[in-house]
Amino acid sequence: MLNYLARRLIGLIPVFFGITIISFFVMHLAPGKPTDLQTSLNPKITYEARVRMEKLYGLDKPVHVQYVDWLKRFVRLDFGRSFLDDRPVIDKISERIPITLLINISSLLLIFAIGIPLGILAAVKRHTLRDKLTTVFVFIGFSTPEFWLALLLMSLFGITLGWLPISGIKSLDFEYLSFAGKVLDVARHIALPVCIAAFGSLAGISRYMRSSMIGVIGQDYIRTARAKGLRESQVVYKHALKNALLPVITIIGLSIPGLIGGSVIFESIFAIPGMGRLFYESVMARDYATIMGVLSIGALLTLLGNLLADVAYSYADPRIRLGSKE
Amino acid sequence: MNTDFVPNVRFYRWAQIPLALLAVFFWASLLDAESDQSQPAYGDAIVVASIADARTLVPILASDSASGEICGLVFNGLVKYDKNINIVGDLAESWDIEAGGLVIVFHLRKDVKWHDGMPFTAYDVEFTYKKLVDPAVRTPYSGDFERIKKLEVADDHTVRVVYKEPFSPGLSSWGMSIMPRHLLKDEDLNKTSFSRHPVGTGPYKFRSWKSQEKIELVSNHEYFEGRPYIDRYIYRIIPDEATIFLELQTRGADMSGLTPLQFTRQTDNKFFRKYYQKFRYPGFGYTYMGYNLSDERFRDIRVRQAINFAVNKEEIIGTILFGLAKVTTGPFITDSWAYNKEVKPASYDPAKARLLLKEAGWADEDGDGWLEKDGKKFEFTVLVNQGNSERLKCAEMIQGYLKAIGIRMKIRVLEWSTLINEFIDKRHFEAVLMGWSLSRDPDCYDIWHSSKTREGEFNFIGYKNPEVDHLLEEGRRTFDRAERERIYHEVHRLIYEDQPCLFLYSAEALPVVSSRFHGIEVSPNGIGYNFIKWYVPREEQRYR
Repeated sequence: MLNYLARRLIGLIPVFFGITIISFFVMHLAPGKPTDLQTSLNPKITYEARVRMEKLYGLDKPVHVQYVDWLKRFVRLDFGRSFLDDRPVIDKISERIPITLLINISSLLLIFAIGIPLGILAAVKRHTLRDKLTTVFVFIGFSTPEFWLALLLMSLFGITLGWLPISGIKSLDFEYLSFAGKVLDVARHIALPVCIAAFGSLAGISRYMRSSMIGVIGQDYIRTARAKGLRESQVVYKHALKNALLPVITIIGLSIPGLIGGSVIFESIFAIPGMGRLFYESVMARDYATIMGVLSIGALLTLLGNLLADVAYSYADPRIRLGSKE
Repeated sequence: MNTDFVPNVRFYRWAQIPLALLAVFFWASLLDAESDQSQPAYGDAIVVASIADARTLVPILASDSASGEICGLVFNGLVKYDKNINIVGDLAESWDIEAGGLVIVFHLRKDVKWHDGMPFTAYDVEFTYKKLVDPAVRTPYSGDFERIKKLEVADDHTVRVVYKEPFSPGLSSWGMSIMPRHLLKDEDLNKTSFSRHPVGTGPYKFRSWKSQEKIELVSNHEYFEGRPYIDRYIYRIIPDEATIFLELQTRGADMSGLTPLQFTRQTDNKFFRKYYQKFRYPGFGYTYMGYNLSDERFRDIRVRQAINFAVNKEEIIGTILFGLAKVTTGPFITDSWAYNKEVKPASYDPAKARLLLKEAGWADEDGDGWLEKDGKKFEFTVLVNQGNSERLKCAEMIQGYLKAIGIRMKIRVLEWSTLINEFIDKRHFEAVLMGWSLSRDPDCYDIWHSSKTREGEFNFIGYKNPEVDHLLEEGRRTFDRAERERIYHEVHRLIYEDQPCLFLYSAEALPVVSSRFHGIEVSPNGIGYNFIKWYVPREEQRYR
């Protein structure tokens, strides 16, 4: 097993650098430079000042030299400094990660908490009205544009009912609140974003769960369990569910990179200072250092997530345990 | 300066009235709310909603409007613009212009302290100047300061600036925020932590900055023009316009800009009339359609004139901007002294446009509705930047007007960086629909002088008129206001005659401010100029 892990980890290295090379060069294919937003079409900024700034940013060097420069810093775990405000990229990313993780983990938990039971229900009551209603419900969630739903709910809960704040993650008097007050305040602010994000993703997990459950329920050992005279709930939740949950492990593994990602539209509407906006803004401003920072962390997490899913899978399912083959 | 709001003796006596009495007073004042008898009071906070976050609070590096807004409250320049867009002293008490404009001597205020208590001196000015022209500092503002031959500190409160040649926009360039030497002399300005913890001389002190969330400032009680009434300034970043509007409806934001649609249609209700005051005043910029003047078709002045007659600007303003804009005829702020009001916009006259095009040799020979010349159809593409629906709609209306006179105009929307780098800088365009924002000083040498046509420079349409060149040079050398007025009026007239671009409109600024703020006065320089005099009467204060 250790041997296997080590081999897989070493195998990830060339893939990772491949990703960074492609990202770096594709990024430079986009027209424009990080200095554009500061210098273009501002009559107070002279031609000479502009050329000078490009030089100071090292943008007059060829792209491959810039990549090697980036790589040299990266292997020392230095993500460089943002072209926009010259703060270390790692600072910019780390100040965005907590809120992004909080929202993504909360909504992921909510998705599992609602999606799995919904999927089970749909599988057990297959082809009944309840199954069809569930399906319709989750697909409405899947196909509703998030921004539209968000604005409607903000208007309803924020203005008409006045129950929840409209946007942001903290109230203006946050610092004067007690600890419990602070927790409640953040919870009130992220309630809508979390629920809306979860609503849109219910379809995926509940469908997975449904089909996996249907597959399991058709198995011989379920018939055996029933033949033993077990109660239906015991059959479903004890015997079937354990096996039906296996594919969910893969989904959890694949969700790991998503945990640090965020939706630009969503974060913009709720004024949440998350990763999605950081990435979008850095792309629009051609802030190469930040783009590469976010991309390489994303790539790393994707690769590790895949590996983790594989490992967890073999651990949970003796049938495909790797050691048994060798 | 408005003297009505200087705190008076009565206010101080209030503080000693027992609470019970105060409560009585409070109810009485509610009954009396309509008659604006309120007294200026210290306290409360203003929550300003902004689409974008600041980037850096090192003032000489800041080029975006959010950073500029915050820097403007934390720092001071030597001079500033008053409500009528005249240059007045800020950190400088007065100044003398000597040797025919070659030398400016600034006499600095002696009562100014940095937020950390250190005195402000002429050495801070010298330090800021040195950083502005230091090639290792990433400032985009070096241009105006590179015209300085030398800057001498005569004594602690006198600075002598010697220019290489007389340069009148130089005076207004000293509106540049002055930075503290004692805190920055050993710092690399590009990387300094000062950019997130600035220390200035201004009416507000920096308190905290949470990226993409909010920036908080607190009032400077020792400010040399007096303590500002509003205690806290909270700059909230809300990147979505629709969300800002929702926040206004829950009174979560006190100040923001409105779109013309929101101004005319969505805020004309009981709630907004009760809780907000809306303002409108001319904006500092204009929208235009620029032609590539090296294009054969646009080189003919009759074609450019024809387009000017064919486009109904009044209708564009009425339709897209709900009337909240002014037709503009030249490259200056519409309400400023430089703007030549004698130049009247051409009337909407499609018949005259057709006549001019016919004279220029354009005629519909094959009867398909489009004009041709030498067998070639009159067809061109206008480029618009992405994300500006106002400009796109404007382009669509122009498309309609031009179709009516037989010119086919296509519209292409491009992302900003791509538009600038691949099309404008490289001159790969036939026409562009863009806007210029204008500085308070009318000098527009960089946009209209024929020498400013290199890649990346601003005369990208390729305008060339020796007479205008000459006047622009003269305008930069002249300090006398009446003389400059004459020069820029002439520039205005000549440019409009040449029609190097189609001047469209100057949109109005449409801010909305919570009605609990008093003392706001609209002026040609907007509403922000007397911000430190805004106040909230004690009984209306919301935040501590």
